[in-house]
Amino acid sequence: MVSGLTVSERQLSLVVLTALALCGLAMAAAGRADALGIHGFIVLAFSLGLIFLVISRYNDPEPPTERLSRYYDDPTKVGIVLTMIWAVVGMFFGVWVAALLAWPDLTFDAGWASFGRLRPVHTSGVIFGFGGNALIATSFHVLQRTSRARLPDQFSPWFVLIGYNLFCVLAASGYLMGLTQSKEYAEPEWYADIWLVIVWVVYFLIYIRTLQRRKEPHIYVANWYYMAFILVVAVLHIVNNLAVPVSFGHAKSYSLFSGVQDAMTQWWYGHNAVAFFLTSGFLGMMYYYLPKRAERPIFSYRLSIISFWGITFMYMWAGSHHLHYTALPQWVQTLGMTFSLVLLVPSWASAGNALATLNGAWDKVRTDATLRFMMVAAVFYGLSTFEGSFMAIRAVNSLSHYTDWTVGHVHAGALGWVAMITFGSLYALVPWMWKQERMYSPKLVEVHFWLALTGTIIYVFAMWNSGIIQGLMWRTYNDSGTLAYSFIDSLVAMHPYYIARTVGGLFFLAGAIVASWNVWMTIRMARFGQSQESGADVPVYGKADAVQAGE
Amino acid sequence: MATERHDPVTGRLTTGHEWNGIEELETPIPRVVIFFLIAGTLFAIGYWLLMPAWPLGWTYTRGLLGIDQRNVVTRQVEQAAVSRAVWTDRIATEDFAAIAADEDLMRHVRDTGRTLFVDNCAVCHGVRGTGGPGFPNLAAGSWLWGGDPETIAETINVGINSTDEDTRISQMMAFGRDGVLEIEDIRSVAAYVRSLSGQQPGEADQARLPAGKEVFAANCASCHGEEGKGMVEVGAPDLTDDNWIYGGDEQSVFTTIYSGRQGHMPHWQDRLSPTDIRILALYVGTLGEGER
Repeated sequence: MVSGLTVSERQLSLVVLTALALCGLAMAAAGRADALGIHGFIVLAFSLGLIFLVISRYNDPEPPTERLSRYYDDPTKVGIVLTMIWAVVGMFFGVWVAALLAWPDLTFDAGWASFGRLRPVHTSGVIFGFGGNALIATSFHVLQRTSRARLPDQFSPWFVLIGYNLFCVLAASGYLMGLTQSKEYAEPEWYADIWLVIVWVVYFLIYIRTLQRRKEPHIYVANWYYMAFILVVAVLHIVNNLAVPVSFGHAKSYSLFSGVQDAMTQWWYGHNAVAFFLTSGFLGMMYYYLPKRAERPIFSYRLSIISFWGITFMYMWAGSHHLHYTALPQWVQTLGMTFSLVLLVPSWASAGNALATLNGAWDKVRTDATLRFMMVAAVFYGLSTFEGSFMAIRAVNSLSHYTDWTVGHVHAGALGWVAMITFGSLYALVPWMWKQERMYSPKLVEVHFWLALTGTIIYVFAMWNSGIIQGLMWRTYNDSGTLAYSFIDSLVAMHPYYIARTVGGLFFLAGAIVASWNVWMTIRMARFGQSQESGADVPVYGKADAVQAGE
Repeated sequence: MATERHDPVTGRLTTGHEWNGIEELETPIPRVVIFFLIAGTLFAIGYWLLMPAWPLGWTYTRGLLGIDQRNVVTRQVEQAAVSRAVWTDRIATEDFAAIAADEDLMRHVRDTGRTLFVDNCAVCHGVRGTGGPGFPNLAAGSWLWGGDPETIAETINVGINSTDEDTRISQMMAFGRDGVLEIEDIRSVAAYVRSLSGQQPGEADQARLPAGKEVFAANCASCHGEEGKGMVEVGAPDLTDDNWIYGGDEQSVFTTIYSGRQGHMPHWQDRLSPTDIRILALYVGTLGEGER
């Protein structure tokens, strides 16, 4: 990794890391015993470790200039490994919190292991750790291939990847210490948020700079989606995290918004995080790896266009459906509901575009578990967007809201769509990156597919049952005009489903562990065996100037 | 680069663009997509006309139906209150004896009381009111402050050692920790107290009983009564039955005498309506019915 950098990039790395180390030191000094101080030490240790790494390789020979005519894939490779690590960590915490709901004693009387602290480690671990790393890793790969241009430099992709993971570490360790802004999916405190803004701006610039230098006349669909993901997440993140710290020596901050405005800002953020992080970004992934693996052209370019603009325009309005029947004025709820309903059309158009792309390749779906992962992902994308629009209807929402149905819906999307498209894409990408003909074990890919599908189905069915029973119990009146069931009654009714959900989660986690091992063994194969350039990933035109050079 | 060709599978033309081997077909947008986009948009417009929808500066379009969620919920709550008034009015006004004698009214009390009890009281007293370590059993018929509905209602209203200004107050002194009694005295009185509820003392305790009786008379009887039957005026429990809040085994009784006890129950008159509290008082009275 370091020996691939030029001497000036190594120097730049040292400067930036030293600045980061000083920031860590300042945080540690200002924060003292506060959690900010502990985070200061984490930042300091993190940067010192990297400084040591750079210095140890500082005198290695410079990479040959011939590298400039090839794509720069080292950050993607490391990103893939990080993705798999976060997958296992995030899903492990998921199984733990699921088990906690069935067996509350599993906190072992430790503060850090209480539900309220473990849950965000799970959600951030899978969304940002697993999903975010997967998006960064694949976006660098797709961007270069579809632009026929090398990344603009070798330093900034590392800055984005490593900086982003530092953010994830600060987030997760903060939760365990009890730090939270109490905003769902935006829990990290102000200094972590500021750091993410810096990282994200660099990420956006990499995209712009590479696209500017592209050798293809048109920008491919996948890049529209990746760009929308990066740009909108930046806007959402900045606005929702506007806050005033108690002091520069404290981790705690207070939001700039209050009351119903705060709730609306949070769910505008929350729903668009679903839209632009968990949908847009992964659609970008799908639009590259699915047609590539199926070796089929995209079903319809026009459909891509209207789905893209439909999704981008309409999602922005949908957030208020999280606040039906609350203090939020009804007109805002109306807009949220109606836009959510129409949103189903472009969503299904995307899912349909993906599935119709497989026409002519369905025999491959049957035999190739990698492609089947992507196919099932598109199906779950369709299912969960239908469910989402349905649940956004006020009358339906009055039953579903605050119940496990919502949890089931989210996991239909997260397990069935986000994780499946990621695993499918990674199984396609890993052999390309490490120059192998195939994964170490295609059989294990098949095993993983069935583990993942079984886990998802158990999970989602358990939560549908649980949620609907819960919703009905909360609204059933007896002859006296009193609620027939107490809250505890509904908890007792949930218990078997909570156990089933834990089992479903275990299946899914087992699949992720199998995948990590398979990826790891493929990397070892590359290290100890011979490399085979796969035809699928080299520039199409074998000429020397096929790729726009890097610097 | 930009060369259109026919896709052999579908027979459609490609757009002529190609990215690292990926092409796109010139398939027109399927009619069904256009249809549902238009249908969805028309539905949205219709819904906007009927319901509150678009902001207009300081106000918003109210919708032709004139529906407002606040009015809707206010009306629903009013209607529910009216339909329940048939029996809740009687609960609120009639005296407890009359209510308890009316089987029809008591059916409402049982239905409603259970939900109220489990949502508000069960966290400490258990779903069936049987209590747990530190929390009294309400189904045993053994009352600290008295078990008639008026008294139970008062206990619920003001709580025990609560922050209400009229709270019931009760505290058992820490006889050991505060040095009132010697350890040996505590052992003796603990043995004696256990014998009151018919527990067979061991040999060592047998010898302690006479001393324990003296200690009891001098220190405990003022609250628990000469015979240890308890006193509802000060919330002192009956020591002769087999209901124990903090446990009746040797160690628990010793700990209780050594460190004292002071239970807490919040006051509910700020949180529950007077009618709900009356329902609860009646319901709590029925808790042990089956077993007794």
